[in-house]
Amino acid sequence: MAFLELADVRKVFNQSVAVEHFTMGIEPGEFVSFLGPSGCGKTTTLRMVAGFERPTSGTISVGGVDITHRPANRRNIGMVFQSYALFPNMTVAENIGFGLKLKHVDSKSIAQRVSHLLEVINLPDKGGRYPAQLSGGQQQRVALARALAIEPQVLLLDEPLSALDAKIRVSLRNEIRAIQRQFGITTIYVTHDQEEALSLSDRIVVMSNGRVEQIGTPLQIYTYPQTTFVASFVGTLNVLRAKVIDPAAGRITVDDQPVMVARSLAQHRAGDMINVALRPEVIGLDGAPGTINQLQGVVEQVTFLGGTIRTQMRFASNSLFFDMFNTPNGKLPQTGQTLTVTFPEASCLLIDGPVGTSATV
Amino acid sequence: MKKVAFWPWLWVVLGGLYFLLPLYATLDFSLRAKRGVLGLTAYASVLHNPKFVQTFAFSLRMAVFTIVVSILLMVPTVYWVHLRVPRLRPMVEFVTLLPFVVPAIVHVFGLIKTYSQPPLVLVVSPALLVGAYVVLSFPYMYRAIDTGLRALDVRTLTEAAQSLGAGWGTILFRVILPNLRVALLSGAFLTFSIVMGELTLALYLAWPAFGPFMYQIGQNRAYEPAALAIISLALTWLSIGLIQLFGRGHAGQAQIAGAK
Ligand SMILES: Nc1ncnc2c1ncn2[C@@H]1O[C@H](COP(=O)(O)OP(=O)(O)OP(=O)(O)O)[C@@H](O)[C@H]1O
Ligand SMILES: [Mg+2]
Repeated sequence: MAFLELADVRKVFNQSVAVEHFTMGIEPGEFVSFLGPSGCGKTTTLRMVAGFERPTSGTISVGGVDITHRPANRRNIGMVFQSYALFPNMTVAENIGFGLKLKHVDSKSIAQRVSHLLEVINLPDKGGRYPAQLSGGQQQRVALARALAIEPQVLLLDEPLSALDAKIRVSLRNEIRAIQRQFGITTIYVTHDQEEALSLSDRIVVMSNGRVEQIGTPLQIYTYPQTTFVASFVGTLNVLRAKVIDPAAGRITVDDQPVMVARSLAQHRAGDMINVALRPEVIGLDGAPGTINQLQGVVEQVTFLGGTIRTQMRFASNSLFFDMFNTPNGKLPQTGQTLTVTFPEASCLLIDGPVGTSATV
Repeated sequence: MKKVAFWPWLWVVLGGLYFLLPLYATLDFSLRAKRGVLGLTAYASVLHNPKFVQTFAFSLRMAVFTIVVSILLMVPTVYWVHLRVPRLRPMVEFVTLLPFVVPAIVHVFGLIKTYSQPPLVLVVSPALLVGAYVVLSFPYMYRAIDTGLRALDVRTLTEAAQSLGAGWGTILFRVILPNLRVALLSGAFLTFSIVMGELTLALYLAWPAFGPFMYQIGQNRAYEPAALAIISLALTWLSIGLIQLFGRGHAGQAQIAGAK
């Protein structure tokens, strides 16, 4: 049994289902992200773990103890909010020590722990400040220290960085991860930013419409998406309409040009139209002919993005884009030019139905 | 440019005169108790009246009780409405406005009729007066607390405190109340000046309060009422001044509340 267990958790808000069939186990010290679009139930699930919402059904347990019906203030679960939620009437040190004071820890131990945590969050001399005298990033670090002060069994963070600007977001997320490792604390991190989830997590839970779409390591989620939703939500995709020629051999055509896919097409018959998805980074210009798929088309647009160049191509009815590095002596595609792109057969993802629906691949 | 500025200023001056002239007249009149000289005779006479001190002290006590009861009643209520039933806010706001809708005379006869016969005989207890004053304070207290809570992210602060192990009492007294200090002060001072000047309730419930004393003086004397009017005006302005002072003294805090 895992350390934090959610078993078939379901939450209904006046007849509308916010979360259902949520089942997963989280190991001690693991860093798990909940990733999904707005309204998919990430916050609701997190709030059920925190004790701010009661599940309509299902159970939640920590360390083998069922806490489903335990009030939030007796759970010992730390929480960091998007809006920081520091107590404005207390200094930074008082904020961090608040939870310990409620536990009647003696003031000397509180002072020690607070100053240790101030070191950890890299604000050693800010203990006497009021929250309003700190920047957003500093406030969020104080909120993290405040949550960690009570030595919680689980740390929950609900989009802790979305109120901050881009530069601080990246540095602070790494800082949060480092502190999480240092304390070895089991953590759930809610985000709708895939880059954040991919770069930080041990495992990611991709959610959509209140359901778990896929649980896996960042690599699994990105490389082997199990549903169309995951494939299209995580990373960017080119979706091509293709015609099945020989299901057994995995032979299809895209705008009458032959393509091989390294996946079973057994459920299709010759002549069926299917969707094939390609990540932009698997597409290149120079592959060994024969073993690799090739598509010939016309360059429609070339966009300079700094370190990379994005090229948009058009075939008879399909189009795709791919990125390449902006190397000094590399020759750039020209608009209107006829170009052949290549990609490995293993990189073709098959997608049922239109992109955005959650059918199984 | 000059032409544009002329008319607004004219109205400001006219408006100012409209308010200040009667005040000046009252002040001037109050200083003329002795024929031919300006002096504080009327003021001395008022302040030496033993009833002044007695009734003032009585009303002061009532005001303090009213403020305490009102805060203890309103803060948890308004907090709860903000936290759990925000959609009831317009209704609660309407209820708190009722003292403006129901005339004091109707209010007081309702109270007398209800509480002068068993099972609840309260007309002889100052508790009834305080209770009635608490109702009168609703519009001011509610608005002050509501504004104060709006400046806070009540729900998130509550949850943050809960996740750190705080129960309701701790949340109210250590997190919510301290952040409402400025709001509560302004509500309290407004309530204070209402209670100090209140006439109808105190008169019909037969309490020796400051309001009826002022009224009585006004009936029998000429210069003293003017002096009293100036004194009570000064008191009110003192209250407002104190609100400003405390409000400014905690500007940092107000800012914090805004900077969620
Ligand atoms: N207190 C509530 N009452 C009614 N419905 C709610 C409540 N809280 C959430 N919901 C609904 O539950 C669904 C899931 O909401 P939730 O806040 O969990 O989404 P989310 O994934 O956190 O989205 P976001 O990325 O926008 O924060 C939404 O449809 C939302 O409208
Ligand atoms: Mg959310």
